[in-house]
Amino acid sequence: MKPLTPVDPRARVTLGIGFFVVFFVAWGAVTLGGLVPKTFLADPLTMVRSGWTLLIEQGFGWDIGMTVWRVLGGFVIAAIVALPLGVAMGAYKPIEAFFEPFVSFARYLPASAFIPLLILWAGIGEAQKLSVIFIGSFFQLVLMIAVAVGNTRRDLVEAAYTLGSTDTSLVKRVLIPGAAPEIAEILRMVLGWAWTYVIVAELIGASSGIGHMITDSQALLATDQIIFGIIVIGVIGLVSDFAFKWINRRLFPWARLGR
Amino acid sequence: MRDGPMTTTTLLSVRGVSRSFPSHGGGAPTVALRETDLAVAENDFITILGPSGCGKSTLLRIVAGLDRQTTGEVLLDGRTIAGPGAERGMVFQSYTLFPWLSVRENVCFGLRERALPRAQQLEIADAYLDKVGLRGFENHFPKQLSGGMQQRTAIARALANNPRMLLMDEPFGALDHQTRELMQELLLGIWEADRKTVLFVTHDIDEAVFMGSRVVVMSARPGRIKLDRRVPLAHPRHYSVKTSPEFAALKAELTEQVRVEVRAAQMQ
Repeated sequence: MKPLTPVDPRARVTLGIGFFVVFFVAWGAVTLGGLVPKTFLADPLTMVRSGWTLLIEQGFGWDIGMTVWRVLGGFVIAAIVALPLGVAMGAYKPIEAFFEPFVSFARYLPASAFIPLLILWAGIGEAQKLSVIFIGSFFQLVLMIAVAVGNTRRDLVEAAYTLGSTDTSLVKRVLIPGAAPEIAEILRMVLGWAWTYVIVAELIGASSGIGHMITDSQALLATDQIIFGIIVIGVIGLVSDFAFKWINRRLFPWARLGR
Repeated sequence: MRDGPMTTTTLLSVRGVSRSFPSHGGGAPTVALRETDLAVAENDFITILGPSGCGKSTLLRIVAGLDRQTTGEVLLDGRTIAGPGAERGMVFQSYTLFPWLSVRENVCFGLRERALPRAQQLEIADAYLDKVGLRGFENHFPKQLSGGMQQRTAIARALANNPRMLLMDEPFGALDHQTRELMQELLLGIWEADRKTVLFVTHDIDEAVFMGSRVVVMSARPGRIKLDRRVPLAHPRHYSVKTSPEFAALKAELTEQVRVEVRAAQMQ
């Protein structure tokens, strides 16, 4: 192995899958081999079997749908508000000076700590779940988008001005398209974080969703179901991540050139 | 000044323009450019030559409206320049094509700002891409092009806007020697065809003499104009003029003048 030397695509996939295999084999070995009692950790086979039961007999599909809906709903609302604000902050320094200190402070407020307050304000319905996601992702999005827009190459800005751009057309035709691939990357990353908030929101005061199933299983000491729930979240996260990456590559082919 | 019966009209006049930067910590301000006067005639090709850091780029950026002078004024067609504008096209040393736009869309950028009909935009863009020899690369992204091709696109983009004058800040400075010479011939050919007024900053003496109809030499920092010479070479110029005695004589003189300044700059 030489540092920074790329690995060929076939070996890359094999190695990536390899670790999953190692992981499951090790897990199977400690559980089926009797090293760890079943109460603490279910074995992979039981996990798959109870996952199947959950999906087919107990309508877990609906819970998954609810969770996905909440994540996407909260995230889309956050993105719709964060995009114009982030762009405005990145482009216009007085606007940034006005909002940036508060947003920087707010981004460190843990979304999960708001749950009791949000239950008080919004009840235990969907509005509360969406609010948790919103709080968890909005401030991060705003700041990162503002930085991406603010980092536009100054020589491109100057070139645009000498070509007759006005201030508004500079924002529309240089700042936004130039930062777009990075903004898409930010959306992808923050969507990943939104997933961690939704489960927390569902652990408290929910009657559906993956998090709700996990809380129920805890009462029954059903570690197999808990693990299945966690793995489902992981798989959905991975799929959405791949989808996002694929879309970004299609939308911004130029951003990948010459890297 | 111009030979022949042609009347000269001053397109650009730089009057008493200086630039100083406030120093950190309240000391005396740093002077980048001492008070400078320069009159640029319509259809002229002026090269500004000087050691690095002499303020020649600062002067050009002030004319472009990208930097503000501390004193003095710059007039284009008798009107004061207050900021950047489409009537002064600029080609930068760094590659400033918009990476998200194809070559053709880059050339259309300024035309779209002026809200020209799409068909007309494409017609103009393709005509200029043809002039700089980039037919067949219209749909490439800038990063798929070599440095020379990117600068050719940048020249086409600036010219397509039909500016009153073209400002060039060491546009070939990042290119290898062979490419640079070809680019000089290309640009000179374009200039000889339509005589668009050019103000061209360089530190390459051969380039300054070969391209310019007038060479202006600047002193070391803080810069000022110390020499102003007509280039006694007829147009159209073939690259073989670089070996002519007239070329050699002017080059020798300028080399001497620039050397003194580079020395002075290193003493500081």
